[in-house]
Amino acid sequence: MTTLVDNLFNGLALGAVYALIALGFVTIFKASGVLSFTHGSLLLLGGYLTAILHDDLGFAGALALAVLATAAVAGLLDRYVLQRIGTDPHAAHVATIATIGVDIVLVTDLSRRIGGDLLGLGDPWGDAVTDMGPATVADSRIAAIIVSAVAIAGAFALFRFTPWGLSLRAAAEDSEAAALMGVRLTRVRMLAWCLAGALAALAAVFLAAFPAPGLERTTGQIALKAFPAAILGGMASPVGALVGSLLIGLTEAFVAGYQSDLHVLGEGFGDVAPYAVMVLVLLVRPAGLFAARGAARV
Amino acid sequence: MSDLLERGRFLLPAVLLAALPFYLDAFWLRIGLFSMAAAIGAVGLGLLSGTAGQLSLGHAFFLAVGAYGYVWLAGDSGPGLPPAVALVLAVLLAGAAGGLFSPVAGRVKGVYLGVATLALVFLGHHVLLTADSVTGGFNGSSVPPLEIGSFAFDQGDDLTVLGVPFGAEERIWYLGLALFALTWFTARGLLRGRPGRALVALRDSETAAAVMGVHVARYRSAAFVVSSMYAGLAGVLLALSFRRVVPDYFSLALSVDYLAMIVIGGLGSVAGATAGAVFVTALPLLMTRYADQLPLVAAPGSGDGSIGPTEAARYLYGAAIVVILVFAPDGLTGLARRARARIARPRPPGPAPSDPGAAPRPPATAVRAKEHTP
Repeated sequence: MTTLVDNLFNGLALGAVYALIALGFVTIFKASGVLSFTHGSLLLLGGYLTAILHDDLGFAGALALAVLATAAVAGLLDRYVLQRIGTDPHAAHVATIATIGVDIVLVTDLSRRIGGDLLGLGDPWGDAVTDMGPATVADSRIAAIIVSAVAIAGAFALFRFTPWGLSLRAAAEDSEAAALMGVRLTRVRMLAWCLAGALAALAAVFLAAFPAPGLERTTGQIALKAFPAAILGGMASPVGALVGSLLIGLTEAFVAGYQSDLHVLGEGFGDVAPYAVMVLVLLVRPAGLFAARGAARV
Repeated sequence: MSDLLERGRFLLPAVLLAALPFYLDAFWLRIGLFSMAAAIGAVGLGLLSGTAGQLSLGHAFFLAVGAYGYVWLAGDSGPGLPPAVALVLAVLLAGAAGGLFSPVAGRVKGVYLGVATLALVFLGHHVLLTADSVTGGFNGSSVPPLEIGSFAFDQGDDLTVLGVPFGAEERIWYLGLALFALTWFTARGLLRGRPGRALVALRDSETAAAVMGVHVARYRSAAFVVSSMYAGLAGVLLALSFRRVVPDYFSLALSVDYLAMIVIGGLGSVAGATAGAVFVTALPLLMTRYADQLPLVAAPGSGDGSIGPTEAARYLYGAAIVVILVFAPDGLTGLARRARARIARPRPPGPAPSDPGAAPRPPATAVRAKEHTP
């Protein structure tokens, strides 16, 4: 029973963090049609900035600065690299590959700086735990769930209530028509990248917080697990990304939690379980769980 | 006459490549071998991503299937088949693995497939670590040398040809050359023939291609299977050159390397994939070798914070991907073609066959067309 509640909490916390990342993917994809493979390095950048700044600025100040800086880097990357490649649907394909190139450069540089170290982010939760009925839950997990929920609600409010959100939805529906209505597509997609960068930097904090040992150079790779989450949701649906993320987080936590019963699958299967789930879902529904697919035009 | 010249274009490089083991030492031969193996894999990925427009990040998985398939089939822990048979079976095995994935590969499109194939790399890596009775687990296993008849492609007995001692590198060089030639001609045949045209049509517009009678899912799956088989072949050759296979080599980074190769070389052409493969493979090895002579680059292992040769190489090729995509989306082949066009332009139109640039290009490279709106 205890394990069940533990796993449930772990899964929810993990899912909440994946949701931050996956929401970024989906926002970028809606605005530009690009799949961002740069997300791992953006996440690492956010974490790294928080780690080196928290001594001087305190945790909150460092995090705020890291979030802003990562958002700026993501926005500039889109404006001055990816948009130069072009903004039509074919260019989106090329820009996707370009994000891989950017990722290589950023990850190489950040891992060189981090080296073999484990960087603490100076977060206020430390290794404190709270008793919640039958289970003991790390404070960092609770914080992950709450902060993610607030951030995601904020992002949804942006989509729903701001002029930018309206432009984004219009551009995703029909970019040509939106442009004719006076939507500035370049600015809309640049802001989408900024939002995604900010969410990734925020996610980095919780990926490096207790019980993880700290920020390592491989932390960025965890962002890749948000891909299955976004794909499960159908890539263009923010709600789908949320559901997909929770599904992936819970799967991973439960597989890891009951590993001793699943030893047939080998040690550490929890880490790769998200991908197994993705393949299974794609076999049944190639367009994801939440995709509404229209007819293709010639 | 022009037919003869066309053949001559291949004869000269072939003779040059065949003569290299007599002049180069093992270091350069190893670079060449890795480049040839990478080129075989890159040509396969080029068929899928460049020609069919399907992004794949699962190439490392199929390389692993080829490499481990060969090791197991020819090794003592497996059935211990003759290595030549194991080589062929390993390639077929990689193709079969691609076929098993075809329910996804045939229906999932473009960049979505890229994400779906991520799964193969991670799941494959997990299996390689877990199934240690077959794969040797984390430490990997050693690769049995290839033997054809009584001739072994390893150090083995002393063999001297024209006064040059033939060790493992020299021998495998010719094997690699033969396999690469096979890849080059089969891939060009595929691209220039009906399948290549069908795949290009499919990339440009799925609906239009389907209307013209291209079976969409079947062609997509077939492209995936063929690409996996080339990857399997590359995996076998890599295993033979490394003489040991370890799971960590076949990581996502390797898949990304292959993607970088075809992008840098130029999507949709065999020559481009080859050029990209040589660039991406040789760059880190050369930078490591000449680290002490390069500005801004520290010798390997000289402490934290300094830029080592491996990092420098990764900066360079990460940047190369971005720069090429921004300024020259058709890669090295496109640059070469434009350079040739610029050189050729001032001349008055003369008899064409004297200019190698005027030789017919494969149709696949000629088109960089728009994809349809999803």
